[in-house]
Amino acid sequence: MSSVVERTTARAAAAASDYGPAALFLAALVAGWEVAVRLLDIAPYILPAPSRIWDAFLRTRTTLPEHIITTLREAVLGIAYGAAVGAGLAVALAGVPLLRRVLYPVLVTSQTIPMIVLAPILIVWFGFGETPKVVLVALWVFFPVTVSMTDGLLGADRELIGLVRSMGGTRRDVLRHVLIPSALPALFAGLKISATYSVAAAVIAEYMGAQSGLGLYISRSAASFRTDQMFVAIGIIATASIALFALVHLAARLMTPWMYLEPRGGKG
Amino acid sequence: MPAIELHRISHTFAGTPPVEALREVSLTVEAGEFASIVGPSGCGKTTILRILAGLIVPTAGEARIGGRSTIGRPGLAAYMPQRDLLLPWRRALENATLGAEIAGMPRGEARRRALELFEQFGLRGFERAWPAQLSGGMRQRLALLRTFLLPFDAILLDEPFGALDAITRRTMHAWLQDVWLRDRRTVLFVTHDVEEALMLADTVYIMTARPGRIAETMRVPFARPRPLDIVADPRFAALKERLLETLDRAVQEG
Ligand SMILES: Nc1ncnc2c1ncn2[C@@H]1O[C@H](COP(=O)(O)OP(=O)(O)OP(=O)(O)O)[C@@H](O)[C@H]1O
Ligand SMILES: [Mg+2]
Repeated sequence: MSSVVERTTARAAAAASDYGPAALFLAALVAGWEVAVRLLDIAPYILPAPSRIWDAFLRTRTTLPEHIITTLREAVLGIAYGAAVGAGLAVALAGVPLLRRVLYPVLVTSQTIPMIVLAPILIVWFGFGETPKVVLVALWVFFPVTVSMTDGLLGADRELIGLVRSMGGTRRDVLRHVLIPSALPALFAGLKISATYSVAAAVIAEYMGAQSGLGLYISRSAASFRTDQMFVAIGIIATASIALFALVHLAARLMTPWMYLEPRGGKG
Repeated sequence: MPAIELHRISHTFAGTPPVEALREVSLTVEAGEFASIVGPSGCGKTTILRILAGLIVPTAGEARIGGRSTIGRPGLAAYMPQRDLLLPWRRALENATLGAEIAGMPRGEARRRALELFEQFGLRGFERAWPAQLSGGMRQRLALLRTFLLPFDAILLDEPFGALDAITRRTMHAWLQDVWLRDRRTVLFVTHDVEEALMLADTVYIMTARPGRIAETMRVPFARPRPLDIVADPRFAALKERLLETLDRAVQEG
């Protein structure tokens, strides 16, 4: 049993050696930033020192939560809608070859269009409320999820499909027992990418006009040259993006636990 | 009515070049009979089972299970593929009950029957293991267990003991004979192993090299239940000798 303790310690040590250098580097960077700003006497509206950014954070901390909640809501709703519609379309695409031939190339090429360019049109169509932001995030999430999940469904082991059919399984059984589980890892891979960008997408949509949100907070700060507040927002956006990524990772661990087994020494 | 029937089955896999796998294969397995197919690698044994499982539509001929055609009609026989094909996303016990679940058997009943077999198959304690956490031999035993839980009268086994060591293999032979004597389900058993075929089967079909044909049909006269040490019996040795000779000739002819 002591080996369990030993192994846990070993793992913690491994994690420390994984992230330790990066954390040290970040700390050094912040310290260097602070020193450089002071020594070179850089104007705060160009580059505020970390201590000033911290002050700005403390100053606006009563109004910030509302903005954060608005943006996070848009991001999370957008992920949910985008993933749901994307997964549904992937099932249709994988199941209907004609649909796939018509739509799949269009989907793949349309991924190269930066979705941001749609933001002004979405404002025209849906107004200044939550809807255009959610739609933009959903679009952002929708494409990678659709493409990776379609690939996942089509890449399912033919022999496993044959096995379920040999048991008398219907198309539905094949979908449920083979196709969907084998596409889930790909779905989560797509979702991890898009979840990371979803907060930024919501913020960009908010730049175009909003009543609340981190995008609005940034626009207002920019208008009054409060660069320190803009850095506060950037920090929050980065943190929120990482948190959403971690959330998707957690969901992946819960829903596809077989993908996270300890690696075996060898086969057999 | 025969339980398993192939009538002049021919099959050529399309492709460049096309592969003629089977030529006019006919065989009949009566209800409750244990039949075995032996033949060289690549002679079409797996192809035969996949046709009977309804997964390959043969180029020509008829295949029937219990009188019903299996051409393009899966779901008539319990088929154990050559690869163990466990679902990586299901734990061992859930893999075992997959077929029962698809057939609509109540969950509790399926689990109860599976758990009994886990004990007999030496898999106890691994009910909650993921397939990736099992050894090759354990995976194969689990695949066999799953096959026997399927609610079909005919059972198609493709080299079910290929990944097992000699000792586990003997245990499984004894188990298989036991269960078969008890339930008398019809079994069609593909193997490379001549001794295994003679030990288990009533009838052994010997196939030629590709394109596969039936070279000879051999009856195995030993009484049941057959003790595991029947391999030491001189009559067994003689039969084995004859089977190997036939197989040698069949391979050369092919
Ligand atoms: N899907 C396929 N497409 C093309 N050729 C195939 C396909 N499946 C099998 N074959 C060919 O058909 C022949 C018979 O294959 P099969 O798997 O039935 O042999 P087997 O007797 O089961 O061999 P083994 O004992 O090695 O398992 C082989 O030559 C193989 O290359
Ligand atoms: Mg084979």
